[in-house]
Amino acid sequence: MIRVDNLSVNYGAVRALREVGFEAPSGQITAVLGANGAGKTTLLRTISGLVKPRQGAIYIDEFDVVGIATENIARRGVGHVPEGRGVIEELTVEENLRLGALSAQVNLTDALNEEYERFQVLGERRKRHCSTLSGGERQMLAMARALIARPRVLLLDEPSLGLAPQVTAQLMRTIAQLCETENLTVLLVEQNAKSALRIAHRAVVLHLGSVVANGAAADVAADEDLRRYYLGVVTS
Amino acid sequence: MSVFLSSSFIHNIFGGLATGVIYSLVALSLVIIWQSTHVLNFAQGAMAMFATYIGMTEIDRGVGYWWCVIISVAVGMILGGMTERVLIRPLYGKPEINPIVVMVGFLGVLEALASAIWTSTTRNITEPFSQVYYQDHGHLIFLSAFVIFQMVLAIGIMLLVAALFRFTKLGLQLRASALAPEVSRLLGIRVGRMLTIGWMLSAGVGAIAAVIVASGNFGLFPTNMDGIFVAGFIAAAIGGLESPMGAVAGGLLIGLAEQFILAYWSPNVAPLGGIIILVVALMVRPQGLFTKRMSRRV
Repeated sequence: MIRVDNLSVNYGAVRALREVGFEAPSGQITAVLGANGAGKTTLLRTISGLVKPRQGAIYIDEFDVVGIATENIARRGVGHVPEGRGVIEELTVEENLRLGALSAQVNLTDALNEEYERFQVLGERRKRHCSTLSGGERQMLAMARALIARPRVLLLDEPSLGLAPQVTAQLMRTIAQLCETENLTVLLVEQNAKSALRIAHRAVVLHLGSVVANGAAADVAADEDLRRYYLGVVTS
Repeated sequence: MSVFLSSSFIHNIFGGLATGVIYSLVALSLVIIWQSTHVLNFAQGAMAMFATYIGMTEIDRGVGYWWCVIISVAVGMILGGMTERVLIRPLYGKPEINPIVVMVGFLGVLEALASAIWTSTTRNITEPFSQVYYQDHGHLIFLSAFVIFQMVLAIGIMLLVAALFRFTKLGLQLRASALAPEVSRLLGIRVGRMLTIGWMLSAGVGAIAAVIVASGNFGLFPTNMDGIFVAGFIAAAIGGLESPMGAVAGGLLIGLAEQFILAYWSPNVAPLGGIIILVVALMVRPQGLFTKRMSRRV
């Protein structure tokens, strides 16, 4: 579970987040929606400790992680798939996965096999350099690399970016499945509100750093004004 | 066979490679630091010299040669780690010229300190192996036990470093931290610790080079690594600064070039060998002979 309380972040004089508060329950997908510059990426980066907030608290399973170093937050079970996926191109598929498993208490061989079973294409390409992977394969690798450490919380930043619609649809199904089978708390940042709302249980809408809506995904999806003004989805 | 091995050509090949492996070690140590922290460590040679002084002067107190080598490397590694923590860490994220200025200053401090403590007279370390060339039926073979020692030690260290980076968990974390520090932290890797370890490794490799130099004819004095650092730096630049293999190849190339210029032209222009190769290499491949991509990602 993630609970964000009264969280504010400044970049110099610019307010990136203003008194943001919401809760993302375990075993559910919480979509974080909003236009470019709404503060979605900043929110994830603050949760991971890459950005220091001006005020507020971030509870991961009742433990406030504000002020803790990024690597230690990761070691507490927070998997973060950053914007642009963060696959290390110069390394092979397997090296990327091994990196993900290093800081966790897992049996490497078992964990690798499990991810290769989950994402079979990665198993076929395990010795390949990541620079040879397609966008969809990179996204799968980034997800597998986060999952291999057995996280309790998964932060996904625009996973659908640059992917073809069918690939996006498949990816969303995978995320929904994972959330259920692994009892993950998923925070799904998306500009593509439509595909995110289809699988999310809850949704938080950000606008210029503030929360303008927070509730069940179905309610947010049904709210005509929200859709028109903040999500850029006109037809349903 | 023995006639061939006695030819001056073979003499120059062996001589060039023997110097070349030292340049390769220095170049490799520079590449390790450049890859992990993007700092050009101008004090690399001086740090190695200083560590060698501390380690090798233990011989005066009756400590065995190999123990002194181990002490030198250990001191070098500690000095490298401390340098990263104290001098370099506060400069991350600042303009790239800042660490260069600091390390040039550190070079001056170390050389002055070494003169003050040990004086600037050349010290000769009791060599562990004979420098007398082997003979075969009256023909000289231009290899001595010392040359073999220096080549085996240098190549052994290079293979060890390569294996560490390629096959170990630590090596994987070191590479990842250098390639993508932020992503590595998101994966729980202690990147700060990896940078310190990178500097320690690099300084340890540098210390080995300085120990070999001090044990040979060159001897040990406060500025004994200056010229060798320049050659090592050029070697690393030829390789493209990013490639350990390129650094090693560049070092050997410069060693050979110097030796052949020395033999067939004049000892006075021998140091030009490296510069000539650098100029040619930069004209042919400005990104370095062994760098795959044209530009680095920022």
